[in-house]
Amino acid sequence: MVTLELNQPGKTVLMMGDEAIARGAIEAGVDFCASYPGTPATEIPESLARVADRFNIYAEWSTNEIVAFEAATAASLAGLRAIVAMKQNGVNVCADFLMTVNLAGTNGGLVLVAADDPSAISSSNEQDSRSYARYADLPLLEPADFQEAKDMTKWAFEVSEKLGLPCILRSVTRLSHSRGNVKLGELPEKKRAAKFEGVYISGAFVAAQHAALHQKLEQAREIFEGSRFNFYVGPKKAKFVIVTSGSGWLYSREAVAALGLEGKVGILKMGTTWPLPEKFVVDHLKNVTEILIVEEVDPFLEQNIKILLAEQAKTLGPIEVYGAKSGHLPAYGEMNQDKVTAALASIKGLQPKTRDEKYIEKSREAITCIPLRMPTFCTGCPHRASLWVIKSALKLDGRDGFVTGDIGCYSLGAGPAGYFQLKTIHCMGAGIGLANGFGKLDKFGFNQPVIAVCGDSTFYHAAIPALINARVNNSNVLMVVLDNGGTAMTGFQPHPGSGFDACGRPAPTVEIENICKAIGVEVRVRDPFEVSQAVQDIYDMLQENGPRVMVFRRRCFRIEAKEKLQEKYYVDQTKCIGDDCGCARFCSRVFNCPGIIWDQEAQKAKIDEVVCTGCGVCATLCPRGAIMVRGAAS
Amino acid sequence: MTLEKDPLNLIIAGVGGQGNILASQIVATAGMKEGLYVTVGETYGASQRGGPVMSHIRFSARAQCGPLIPEGEADIIVGLEPIEALRIIGDFGNPKTRVIVSPRPIYPIWVLSGQAKYPPVEEVLQKLGELVAEVRVVKAIQEGETGLAANVVIVGALAGSGMLPIAVKYFEESIKEIVAPKDLDLNLQAFRKGVELTGRKARALATSKARKNKRGSGR
Repeated sequence: MVTLELNQPGKTVLMMGDEAIARGAIEAGVDFCASYPGTPATEIPESLARVADRFNIYAEWSTNEIVAFEAATAASLAGLRAIVAMKQNGVNVCADFLMTVNLAGTNGGLVLVAADDPSAISSSNEQDSRSYARYADLPLLEPADFQEAKDMTKWAFEVSEKLGLPCILRSVTRLSHSRGNVKLGELPEKKRAAKFEGVYISGAFVAAQHAALHQKLEQAREIFEGSRFNFYVGPKKAKFVIVTSGSGWLYSREAVAALGLEGKVGILKMGTTWPLPEKFVVDHLKNVTEILIVEEVDPFLEQNIKILLAEQAKTLGPIEVYGAKSGHLPAYGEMNQDKVTAALASIKGLQPKTRDEKYIEKSREAITCIPLRMPTFCTGCPHRASLWVIKSALKLDGRDGFVTGDIGCYSLGAGPAGYFQLKTIHCMGAGIGLANGFGKLDKFGFNQPVIAVCGDSTFYHAAIPALINARVNNSNVLMVVLDNGGTAMTGFQPHPGSGFDACGRPAPTVEIENICKAIGVEVRVRDPFEVSQAVQDIYDMLQENGPRVMVFRRRCFRIEAKEKLQEKYYVDQTKCIGDDCGCARFCSRVFNCPGIIWDQEAQKAKIDEVVCTGCGVCATLCPRGAIMVRGAAS
Repeated sequence: MTLEKDPLNLIIAGVGGQGNILASQIVATAGMKEGLYVTVGETYGASQRGGPVMSHIRFSARAQCGPLIPEGEADIIVGLEPIEALRIIGDFGNPKTRVIVSPRPIYPIWVLSGQAKYPPVEEVLQKLGELVAEVRVVKAIQEGETGLAANVVIVGALAGSGMLPIAVKYFEESIKEIVAPKDLDLNLQAFRKGVELTGRKARALATSKARKNKRGSGR
């Protein structure tokens, strides 16, 4: 995006939250960025990689989040400014290092962006990563709008440097993936040179280090007391105050306005939520008798405020606290203005302006005719063929075999897109990890074959230790690596097998099959579009014991489509004989690719040329051979 | 400037892969050029694989808005797909809502597998008409054309309709900034085609037709 590079201080531009965070890092003169892709954080490192040359930044896609965090910490230890960004699950992957780097300390500004995904819009879990700040005794910032996303990121580097600690900046999907106004700041001259000095060892005098860490946290509290990111708006002597942080700020402001309570209800907006600037909070709650706490997911702020209220009971007197514990707001799922309005209205005994009941009824009635729209594999996706192959082979085998799943586009294989084949999904690498255990249950009468599916990027990220484990313990598991040539789910970022780096430059590759061979497991490679041979291969491999690996290699069609012209397919209307065929509308109903539709008038299959990407796998599957390439001799 | 209604709430609804995000980015950037606070909340992720995608775009002359439009508060709905436009009404529509919609269906996987039926498009449009103040059907793709830049045709239709207090020139400027140079001509053409479909001439034509019809029914 051009705006990221714009050297026009004071100009207002439209920026995605993630871009604003990246711009904040640029304005702080960031030198180093390492990350693993994950929604909703991906666009932060992606943006920085795009302008890496312009601002002399080193940017990499790392193998996983903990490696990224360690690499970024190295830059900090050498005196540089570094940023690492990840989705909530990535913070868990980092946790081991996080719980030591807090003790050993850092040097140059180091910012960890934890981008949470409330309601798990693109995730396998919902978690509130803010608890990590409290857990690891690290400073925590929560931007509430796009401007703050930029400004607080820039400030986070300064906070980190002052304290000698990583600073955690928490974003959420509705900030990271929303867009809004951002006024640009100055672009700095960068002059830092890397030099490592000193000793950073966690574990030498741990108790003393832990005590020193608590001291640093008190220092952080002092810094936060004067932060401009904490402020109060509303009437001077409000008895009722909303205390909010992050995304809760805009929702709260609109809820107060929607109920016409601007003259009665104040809002205490907190940007620094761990450690809490206690003096600032107490000062603003002195005349208050009731507070409502608005935050996204866990009652993190709520609990910390309640502890403070208990400690300050003599100064503040009794204050009624509403929030998650009182049941006025949920401690799960996304926050929004409607929820805040409803909570505020119920506490205040007001009737919020609601929609006309009759209209709601009428509109809900009108949409009953609308079919559900489940996410599915793209037209041309190799996963559809791979899961079709696995389904067919397991059926042939007949021993009630099943698939353990993992994280990636192919997770959709748990639903109709992948014929409901995936029976477990947890975190990155869990598919092969679980399969390891299933594969050792034979002495308990277990004889179901187990297939662990795993994406290529996931393979490098988290699957290798489990595969080694399967080898040394001789576990009966067939691992199928769905190698589509990139980290597809998050937007085709490269991985160690891709052959290029975050900035698009050529890079060495680490081959999946070479790793398997080195581990000592049997490995085969097959194109899943060669459906019948692939079914035979999987069937054969299911009859063997011990760990085995099949690599289904076919490039993601979206990557492929960027590089070559697609072929045009059509259904030969003389060859397709519709329901007389006996195939039970195989292509549109059973194989289920959205590129093939059922022509109600002709009562035959038809290619939807707008949707079809021309992968041609349906042509190999049609029992009548009715699906043809346009222009090719039949 | 001030807005007649502040904030002005727009939803762009469609299916993953239709270019919803680009469409919302063009509209939002144009709003910013008009000097407004703009907030765009986008729902995507797994949904880019054929699930419903919607963008909430909120314009205000006063302050930055939250990224989600409250229930029942959509002033304008742009449907890149007919049932997705109707689906949005359930949560966000009201009797004053105005709708621009492409009538071309994209079939959900349940429909392809025969477990669900896609309602006749005419019926969907009729239901829309019963629930909102105005429905403008915009045929972005003619028979035989590919769907390339159909999203931008609809953006053009929105710009031409005059429903937003944003000058058409700002939309064009935004397209020039956002779209890659190699795709620029295609997208500008698509945009202008859209503007023509709902622009002043089209509106005049529609009104004169409506008048004729009125006269006709009077006899």
